[in-house]
Amino acid sequence: MLVLVTYDVNTETPAGRRRLRRIAKTCQNYGQRVQFSVFECNVDPAQWVKLRAKLMQEMNPAHDSLRFYFLGSNWQNRIEHEGAKEPRDLEGPLIL
Amino acid sequence: MKKLLNTLFVTTQGAYLSKEGECAVIKIDKVEKVRLPLHMLDGIICFGQITCSPFLMGHCAANGVTVTFLTEYGKFLCQVQGPTKGNILLRRAQYRQADNYLQSAMLARSFVIGKIGNSRVTLARALRDHPDKIDCEKMHYAQQLLAGCIKKLGNETDQERIRGIEGEAARIYFEVFDQCITSSDPLFCFNGRNRRPPVDRVNCLLSFLYTLVTHDIRSALESCGLDPAAGFLHKDRPGRPSLALDMLEEFRSYIADRMALSLINRGQIHANDFTVSATGAVLMKDDARKTLLTAYQKRKQDEIEHPFIREKMAVGLIWHMQAMLLARYIRGDIDMYPPFVWR
Repeated sequence: MLVLVTYDVNTETPAGRRRLRRIAKTCQNYGQRVQFSVFECNVDPAQWVKLRAKLMQEMNPAHDSLRFYFLGSNWQNRIEHEGAKEPRDLEGPLIL
Repeated sequence: MKKLLNTLFVTTQGAYLSKEGECAVIKIDKVEKVRLPLHMLDGIICFGQITCSPFLMGHCAANGVTVTFLTEYGKFLCQVQGPTKGNILLRRAQYRQADNYLQSAMLARSFVIGKIGNSRVTLARALRDHPDKIDCEKMHYAQQLLAGCIKKLGNETDQERIRGIEGEAARIYFEVFDQCITSSDPLFCFNGRNRRPPVDRVNCLLSFLYTLVTHDIRSALESCGLDPAAGFLHKDRPGRPSLALDMLEEFRSYIADRMALSLINRGQIHANDFTVSATGAVLMKDDARKTLLTAYQKRKQDEIEHPFIREKMAVGLIWHMQAMLLARYIRGDIDMYPPFVWR
């Protein structure tokens, strides 16, 4: 299934910037960065539990917000893209 | 149910692959091109001058992602092998059966039956799809001969005789294989198999596809805990994935031959997509290779119903299923290994 992970992390303090970096890194390990704080993560339910747990550990609920959008396994027809930075389809043929 | 994971093909010469976190990062001329989470991959195939960091290779080995290096033209160079894992009991049972003459003959027979059955279906399809363009009589005759071969295999318990029948069937099949090619281009004529190097275009396609399928089958066997080097039909030889080659027999015609035929017959690959070197070896050009890889990856996503377990799955998972069935047979959970034959 595809999960869209978006975040707003408060970066006013050094600790906040650290959280931002670590959350971004965790997301990157599981998905593709489609915009600056938007990740598309193609995970199975087990991997999602792991990813979610890691994100919850990194965030600070008092200052940051995380939003998850579940797009299911038929996500292809639920997403439209306009403009630059077209993301790569990681399930299609990967030939570089 | 296992998910069909993607395979990454790196064909850009000079690319550099490294690990960052849980991702594989592909850099070309020191510019990051793609960052791929490894959990979505099941194999990485590098063609030619590709460098790969040891940490990525180690991480892939530990997580069951097969890394294979091929030359630019698809000749196998090496595969990255991590620490041996899997079930020793299963592997020991496999070795015992491979050492047992009668039991290996039984398995070898299954593989050969699968192979002949599938080649017969390939011929039948050509007969059905374009009876106007082929020599029907010859094809019918070849089909009958192949059916005879399967019958002859019936209760054969002698390994050498099984190999003999396999050779005979391959000869019959490849003698009429030319008929399945409907392209009028004389450069796409097929006069028997040749390899190392292939000297015509059809053989070039076939060899390349066989290499790809072998890679996939090998990783499937390994992920089921079987040793891909201990074969039943193919004799042991250092560095040869004999069991993968055994299982490849079932899939040659079904995946590779049919794919080569459809690429040629649909005009997706043209005669000028190849270069002929001074020695007569035929090589594929970059674009043709991309067309073929794309078609192969697409093919693996098609869904069919597995003839034995009656479950819908992607074509790319069939060999995983076969490997699982083989493991079950070796463990003694099922009485016979059912070869994969698809109409």
